[in-house]
Amino acid sequence: MVERKTTPNLSVNLAGIVSPNPFWLASAPPTNCGEQVMRAFDAGWGGAVWKTIGDPIVNVSSRYSSVDWNGQRMMGFNNIELITDRPLEVNLREIAEVKKRYPKQAVIASLMVESKREAWHTIVKQSEDAGADGLELNFGCPHGMSERGMGSAVGQVPEYTEMITGWVKEKARTPVLVKLTPNISDIRVVARAAKRGGADGLSAINTINSITGIDLDTFVPRPNVDGKSSHGGYCGPAVKPIALNMVQQVQSDPEAKLPLSGIGGVSDWRDAVEFLLLGCGNVQVCTAVMHYGYRIVEDMADGLANWMREKGFANISDFQGLSLARVQEWKHLNLNYKIVARIHEEKCIGCELCYTACWDGAHQCIHLDRAGQSNGHHATPAMHEAESKQRISMTPIPKLDHATASKGKEPYPTPLSRIPRVDEAECVGCNLCSLVCPVEDCITMEQVETHLASQSWEQRTSGAATLGRKND
Amino acid sequence: MSTGNKYEENPEVTARFPDIHPPFDKSGATIEANRCLYCFDAPCTAACPTHIDVPRFIKKISQGNLRGSALTILDANILGASCSRVCPVDVLCEGACVYHRYNKQPIEIGRLQRFAMDAFYRNGAVLAAKTTERRAGKVACIGAGPASLAFAAELRQRGFSAAIFERKPLPGGLNTYGVAEYKLRASDSLREIDLIRELGVDFQFGRNISGEAALAALEREFDFIFLGVGLGKIRLLGIPGEELPGVVDALKFIEEYKTGRNLKVGGRVVVLGAGNTAIDAARAAVRLGAQDVQIVYRRDESSMSAFLFEYEHAREEGVKFRWWTQPVKLVGDEKKISGMECMKVEMDGQSFRHLPGSHFTIPCDMVISAIGQSPLLEFLQACRGVKLENGRVSVDRATGQTSHAKYFAGGDCVNGGREVVDAVADGKRAALAAAQLLEKIHG
Repeated sequence: MVERKTTPNLSVNLAGIVSPNPFWLASAPPTNCGEQVMRAFDAGWGGAVWKTIGDPIVNVSSRYSSVDWNGQRMMGFNNIELITDRPLEVNLREIAEVKKRYPKQAVIASLMVESKREAWHTIVKQSEDAGADGLELNFGCPHGMSERGMGSAVGQVPEYTEMITGWVKEKARTPVLVKLTPNISDIRVVARAAKRGGADGLSAINTINSITGIDLDTFVPRPNVDGKSSHGGYCGPAVKPIALNMVQQVQSDPEAKLPLSGIGGVSDWRDAVEFLLLGCGNVQVCTAVMHYGYRIVEDMADGLANWMREKGFANISDFQGLSLARVQEWKHLNLNYKIVARIHEEKCIGCELCYTACWDGAHQCIHLDRAGQSNGHHATPAMHEAESKQRISMTPIPKLDHATASKGKEPYPTPLSRIPRVDEAECVGCNLCSLVCPVEDCITMEQVETHLASQSWEQRTSGAATLGRKND
Repeated sequence: MSTGNKYEENPEVTARFPDIHPPFDKSGATIEANRCLYCFDAPCTAACPTHIDVPRFIKKISQGNLRGSALTILDANILGASCSRVCPVDVLCEGACVYHRYNKQPIEIGRLQRFAMDAFYRNGAVLAAKTTERRAGKVACIGAGPASLAFAAELRQRGFSAAIFERKPLPGGLNTYGVAEYKLRASDSLREIDLIRELGVDFQFGRNISGEAALAALEREFDFIFLGVGLGKIRLLGIPGEELPGVVDALKFIEEYKTGRNLKVGGRVVVLGAGNTAIDAARAAVRLGAQDVQIVYRRDESSMSAFLFEYEHAREEGVKFRWWTQPVKLVGDEKKISGMECMKVEMDGQSFRHLPGSHFTIPCDMVISAIGQSPLLEFLQACRGVKLENGRVSVDRATGQTSHAKYFAGGDCVNGGREVVDAVADGKRAALAAAQLLEKIHG
């Protein structure tokens, strides 16, 4: 595609809230106070959803725990921290100060008070008087606050969500976003309720109920608070696939669809693009900032701009929602589309992970028989292992071994005996081998022409009567 | 754990010969272990003469199961700790790592193995017994080097009785006496052998078995005898002046500094030969204070039997190499050697030709000979008709059995001088074959 000469415009307008870029800090520790938010804006963040304000609470220590994976820290993150522990007046004063000094960046007040109309009316007025550009109703917090009838206790009951959203809308002059909890069987039900209540937009998802792990010496789950723990809210890279699915569900539902602020494991510009492709108007970030600091926004904006330039997009709206139509119910997928795995021998390093994955985890159609191995075709992994354990090896010593150095010619860097072979007739095209292969582009999935017209499960099972009917 | 063997570390040796491959810390080991792809039918396992299941023990490190990791190693190789330090991993497991074909550093298998083994010994070194049964069937080993240790340990773990006869006061053979201290400390070798002693292997030191009568006596008492006698002294140079003071055998030189008996090296040192022992001796001479160390070899670097990485390390430490050089005479007086007369040579077909007029003298204060060990012919030729080939004991590769059905053999006396891990593999293979026969004999 032709590269655009002009700089892409990253500014967005979400339900009437304008920000210079689509990167907002989510309501969380990184937006705890004015000093932090101002430093974040200096670093380049386009907006900040203030740490939820309401009646100040008391927190516990410790508060966080994480799931590490293969040496990588904080693949998943969990917290049991509550809403702000600072006096309301202090938060309001700082919101006003930030807005005065940073008029271009969006400041959104995240709100949570007891479920009384007056309480909501009061905090809406206070926040807007302080200068907030919009309001986000925290109906999602899954721990602590929910035990007091707030947070996800509201977001899990469509009637409460609709009612409280209605109360806020009676008073609000700025756009109102409702933040949805994923801790519910169908997120669309609450999204619809918020829409009925008059919400201008939605934020999704909040954190997922979790116990991240247990200390195997003390038997106390993490985080440990004096020998006990409590379920927390899970977030970070691990939750992104769940968040993307929920975002897609909401955006594909006409009764729920509203301007949506995407949240859940956004760590870099590519994650952000994915949320935008599924229809979000912007994204919110927390865990990645808690891990690496505000500075990560530089590459989020830079990477996004470079990608847009490469793709020829001038504005975010040019690609917003482009992937939505690509997500369909399973019954609409083409049953006659066939791909098979192809191993590029010159790239294969001979780890044989594809072989063992296919045998144990898929459909037994990758074999180790290129070099005419004695047990050949259809040998099980156990047979291969037993055979190689029988081979006697010796340390190669030049002086002693020059006679044995002559080896047969090998066509590829890896010996043929270690390069697996795909039985394409048997291959079901599941992708597994290409997913486990550690070498980029070594196993590619390639389309095989079936010479059959596209046919979905729905078409196949609806019989001849519906054949030829236009599929919408 | 205290060592059952009487041995005290010499602090000066420890200071002059620090570890060349410092151990991993926990996070370093975890990160490295997580890099391992966990190959199926892994090439590293195939390249290890003892076939340690490398991906399995590495996976166990990454998952915090250090005891399981060490037992995986020990199951294949009872000398897993010393092998983790002395193995030429570049040409074995790490040399076979698939990452070489992906422009990435191979997994540091040797250091990971050491990490698991260090943790094992730190935590009390308890080996799970393969059987609690005490079975009829007795074997004897001659020599307490790696091959015999592996043979005895494997059979003892299977419930048979095993005795080891060693002429020296300490077990381990070259592992204890002959490996450069910066690779393997004698104390670490002995710690590892304590584990085998605790299995119930009977060690008898100061027992020099030789002659038909002594062997016949062993044959009466034991079902099988394992020859793990290794090799003999460094070969004679066969040139005038060989008897001068200051001319030493490389293995004796290494043993003397390792045991703290001789830690003084001064002046100019010439090492003859270009095998790994020559490199070990040359580097030791540097560390012990020599001002100038040269390796003299009658061929060039393409023919030397030292591994490339050993050669590079030696050069980094300042050892100089003289190729195509043959000593013809050692000169000096009855007090000390003063020089080595040499000639340049070249290859003429299969033989060497002296270049006329190329005489020159290398002034030196010490000559260390490392031109290879000679076989223990005197012992082997009087060994009940066990067949020899080029001075080596001839065995069936798969079983280690010699031409005399009561005798098995392995290690350097069979392979002419290879690595510790080869000796362990020999001992283990022979033990598995012996175990089958013992079961047949005793039921």
